[in-house]
Amino acid sequence: MALKASELKTGDTCTQELVKDLKRTQLVQYAGASGDYNPIHTDEVFATQVARYPSVFAHGMLTMGMTAKMLTDYVGDGRLRKYGVRFTSQVWPGDTLTATATVEEILQEEGELLVNLSVVTVNQKDQEVLRGTATALIDD
Amino acid sequence: MSNIKFPVEAGHIMTFARAVGDPNRIYSDADYAADTEPQAVIAPPTFVQASAQFDPNYPLRPKIGEPWFGSGGKPSGIERKKGSGGAGGGASSGMLHAEQHFEYHRHPQAGDVLTATNRPGKKWSKESRRAGTLRFSESITEYRDQKGELVVTARMVGVVTEKTIEQK
Repeated sequence: MALKASELKTGDTCTQELVKDLKRTQLVQYAGASGDYNPIHTDEVFATQVARYPSVFAHGMLTMGMTAKMLTDYVGDGRLRKYGVRFTSQVWPGDTLTATATVEEILQEEGELLVNLSVVTVNQKDQEVLRGTATALIDD
Repeated sequence: MSNIKFPVEAGHIMTFARAVGDPNRIYSDADYAADTEPQAVIAPPTFVQASAQFDPNYPLRPKIGEPWFGSGGKPSGIERKKGSGGAGGGASSGMLHAEQHFEYHRHPQAGDVLTATNRPGKKWSKESRRAGTLRFSESITEYRDQKGELVVTARMVGVVTEKTIEQK
């Protein structure tokens, strides 16, 4: 399932919807799995009355984790070499997120073929919530 | 976190993959995983973040007998400190996660026992019209396996804002 250099070109894209109408329950699931129990993500009373946000909001790492699904579906299992992101906007319950990877460069490094990707995740208003890059091992 | 032992467990990988909405069976089914390229249940790319579970001093987990800043009978279990930034209501670290970077030397597998070693990185600040002075700091964590080999290098950039960031 790995990508092939011979079938890839700069500008190729892969787009995937990550979540539709994000539920607060998923934020609870992520808190439990990751161990990050910051109440800003799961405790509506704290988030609105103490921290003064409109509601709880997603862990940045949940958005990064959901975006990773698009990447591993695209490049194949165990093929990622690097993955890094900036969190550019908050993700709220009710959001629908879509992630896109774009082929920036195909390169050879120490006898290995690699692809450099840019990665962007947007919400239903087309507002960017995450931006980053990834590098993956590819085949001939 | 200075030096923590992080056992990579199959059930933990499964619950983590569910939480990020990834139904790929390589995260939950050892028989299926045996026929994939990695030939084993591997961890999803952001899984090492869950090493927080094994950090006895991780500040964002309630601890028995200690005050917790989330709501109970009152909106917060502790008094809010003045001028301690917007994020997290000024409680705990008050730090927002600005960036996260991972480098995979290999992908962790169920059964690995990783040791996470953390060190501070660079620090810098920036002025922002929306949030006042932004103070950034890096934290670098190396995850090594039972043979001492480097598996994942993680670099986190946190930011403390002077003011709560206004919502668009």
